[in-house]
Amino acid sequence: MSALTPLDRPNSYIGRSVPRPNAKRLLAGRGRYVTDITLPRMLHVAYVRSPYAHARIVSINALAAREMPGVRLVATGEDLAKLCTPWVGTMDHFKGMKSPPQLPLPIDKVVWSGQAVVAVVADTRALAEDAAEAVTIEFDELPAVVDIDAAREPDAPVISPELGSNLCFHGKIDTGGIDEIFTGAAYVVEEEFHFGRHTAVTMEPRAIIADYDASEGQLTVHHATQTPYQFQDIYSRHYGIPESRVRVIAPDIGGSFGMKLHMYHEDMAVVGLSMMLGRPVKYVADRIESFVSDIHARDHRVRARMAADAEGNILAMDVEDVTGIGAFSAYPRTSVVEGNQVYRLMGAPYTFRNYRADLQVVFQNKVQMSQYRAVGHPVACTVTERLVDMIADKTALDVFDIRSRNMIADDAYPCTSPTGYQFEALSHHACLAKLKAMMDYDRLRAEQAELRTKGIHRGIGIATFVEITNPGPAFYGVGGARISSQDGAIIKITPSGDVHCSISVTELGQGTETIIGQIVAEHLGVDSNRIKVMTGDTDTTPHGGATYACRGAGIGGETALQAAKKLKANVLAVAAAILQDEPEKLDIHSGWIVDAATAQQRMELSEIARIAYFRSDTLPPGTQAQLSVAHHYAPQGYPFAFTNGVQACHLELDVETGLVKILKLWVVEDCGRVINPLLVDEQIRGGVVQGLGAAFFEECVYGDNGQLTNGSLADYLVPMAVEMPDIEIGHVETPTLDTQLGAKGVGEAGTAAASAAALNAINDAMKPFGGTVAQVPMTPARILKALGHI
Amino acid sequence: MSDVVNVTMKVNGTDVSHAIAPRNTLADFLRQTLELTGTHTGCEMGVCGACLVVLDGRVVHSCLTFAVQASGSTIETVEGLSERAAIADLQEAFHQRNALQCGFCTPGMLMTAHSLLSQPGVPSREDIRDALSGNYCRCTGYEAIVDAIEMVARKRHDGAAAPQNEEVGA
Repeated sequence: MSALTPLDRPNSYIGRSVPRPNAKRLLAGRGRYVTDITLPRMLHVAYVRSPYAHARIVSINALAAREMPGVRLVATGEDLAKLCTPWVGTMDHFKGMKSPPQLPLPIDKVVWSGQAVVAVVADTRALAEDAAEAVTIEFDELPAVVDIDAAREPDAPVISPELGSNLCFHGKIDTGGIDEIFTGAAYVVEEEFHFGRHTAVTMEPRAIIADYDASEGQLTVHHATQTPYQFQDIYSRHYGIPESRVRVIAPDIGGSFGMKLHMYHEDMAVVGLSMMLGRPVKYVADRIESFVSDIHARDHRVRARMAADAEGNILAMDVEDVTGIGAFSAYPRTSVVEGNQVYRLMGAPYTFRNYRADLQVVFQNKVQMSQYRAVGHPVACTVTERLVDMIADKTALDVFDIRSRNMIADDAYPCTSPTGYQFEALSHHACLAKLKAMMDYDRLRAEQAELRTKGIHRGIGIATFVEITNPGPAFYGVGGARISSQDGAIIKITPSGDVHCSISVTELGQGTETIIGQIVAEHLGVDSNRIKVMTGDTDTTPHGGATYACRGAGIGGETALQAAKKLKANVLAVAAAILQDEPEKLDIHSGWIVDAATAQQRMELSEIARIAYFRSDTLPPGTQAQLSVAHHYAPQGYPFAFTNGVQACHLELDVETGLVKILKLWVVEDCGRVINPLLVDEQIRGGVVQGLGAAFFEECVYGDNGQLTNGSLADYLVPMAVEMPDIEIGHVETPTLDTQLGAKGVGEAGTAAASAAALNAINDAMKPFGGTVAQVPMTPARILKALGHI
Repeated sequence: MSDVVNVTMKVNGTDVSHAIAPRNTLADFLRQTLELTGTHTGCEMGVCGACLVVLDGRVVHSCLTFAVQASGSTIETVEGLSERAAIADLQEAFHQRNALQCGFCTPGMLMTAHSLLSQPGVPSREDIRDALSGNYCRCTGYEAIVDAIEMVARKRHDGAAAPQNEEVGA
């Protein structure tokens, strides 16, 4: 008989592959997305959008539109500005950053093509769109600021003249002596990288219904968002409605990936429209609108160099990142976090201590750029890992050897990166060794050499990474943003002995409710099928951070764990009073109070609940059963729980056409304690595919005049099943000691390094031809150009 | 826009008849008029596959079909297939394999899988990936969906029952 494993304990759910109970509803077509919701007397809004990237609004004529069938309201920027105070997307800890005030709809000028200008509310969306076509807006076109270099020229048109320039933020890091190190280094490699804009393309576009009831002064918003508490705060403050009268409900969400946690102008407008009309107003972005109004991601040009000694020991990095963010910094998280993470994550897996970086965040007449899955990570990872491969080339070291030579040793923790990140414990070497074995690296190299003689060009690329998870208040709170880093849970035992947990982390399909159920089941001692987990409603759950930056499992999970333990202590206190025993001699297994020592069943949990709720007269005098608990947990200790891992990409390049067949991806990841392997692995796979989308397909292509030229799903390419490989995943588990649970985040790990591994693999495949690529997406045209064919 | 036309069709086994605007798509008709919200619209231009339904035995994009074009037809949506248990083994395999996350693409995926597995033979993984390439999914990376469909294809071919609570994956 095999030894007892941790999974053999009663109610041991942590570490098990438990399918998601809430997925059955979605499989039956019974999901309830905001797009599906209809309220009595609900109206629909369509927006008239700017055709210009930069223009003054001369006049708006809506007379004809107001007379169209079914039209209830036509509203402009001035109308909404009477209700809604402006917002500014800055945070105090980004010294010197600036951004202009924003309103739901603009009053005197438009600053990107596609910006909503006029709202038309009608009985149906179709009628609203009919009437929107009858609105005429006279614009006076202004020169569009599009290019990130032209935007910084002294004579460039300034998008927001009151700010003085088109520079949103300028950051510098310098550990000193960089020029001398580069001058004296045996090897210096450098490259200019380009990271195209791409966008989330959630399958459900943004959707919102605002329902203002003037009789109670109550605003209820059904909002497809991952952060309902943040929006409760925003709607309350900007519309002057007491927070207790603002309820935000996030039901089933059709994908988010960071995109649905930003303030969008159309969404803010919907709240005002509902207040003006006293009726529910619904807005669902259509796909064309999504492309010109959802945040875009990345948009960086990075010039970077790396110095190494003769043995291939990395000595220093020197980095300049310029990133274009559109005409505003996004609210309330700002558009600087992306660049900040780019220039602070550079070189994070490695031991070198010398680092200089310059970050310029630039305004331009494009849609806003802000946080999307793996904020900044793919950029930092791609730059670092490509330069590491270039050093490997110079020193004739294998790509695995150069990394093992330079990565932080697994026993060197805790330690700090040159940019100030504190690492509690990472496992780069263990992950690298595991990956090498999983992919059978030596065989792949031999096969590569053999196939090259036959004119078949395969590439192998690896990329090691560090991911930021479980952020504390240093992330947003210290900057003045009202975005919580703590979470709260209420767990109660029902009269029949079932368990109800409402918690502030939110479900987007990643499985939050499932893992919270697993944790509560294990730490309370009940079967998981007796637990119901509720999320996504500010009226029924405690205030918390919800879902962002890979915090659900690590922070939400710890909240649930501590709450469950608190409730268990309460239950055992009542049980001890009834059983005339000591609480510490009792335990709970599978919904039964048992002797802790012998596991002998004493009394069912449902019986405790029955007595507590209906026959409290039979309890010993003075006993007040507390079968509901509320508990909050805020991360302490390390400011972030860093995770790490390594990815490998194997692909085949057709050097005649530039087409790429991705053969396989391998990922070894260390997210600390794995709560549900099934869900963790699917987070990684989904993340990898988004990274591969950025690597090969996805790009928002702008013309010189600031027009998005491929803003539809027919023109903008996202990865399809036939193009994607199978992805093999391995784990190393280094639990964080900051929590009892030990879990770190995992949702962004796949995206963090997939494009870096792919880019290294393409360059590896092209090696016999001498060309290199340093731009994503790596389209066939760009690859053919690198190969000198075009 | 006061002009309306009558459409009559059999949807999920029930005869329905409604007066609707001629510009309404089948997707709008199903979602708004019949409140069958399991059918989703992700692009409204026939690319993403979230709106797929069965029309007279063929899987079609309901966003590219006017409701009037479907008049006289027999339609089946994910709700209908679920209720008559026609895809119960696929749904169970998707559930066990976690072949969905947000679930928005899932009804369309099930339509494609249902159609693919109605063909003779056992499709290879490449066949499945090829068949799914009119269905976008942004959450899963597709592999779990391919796994789930492959598993059902084999089980159906072997004449075995749908999987019962077996632990899959990890």
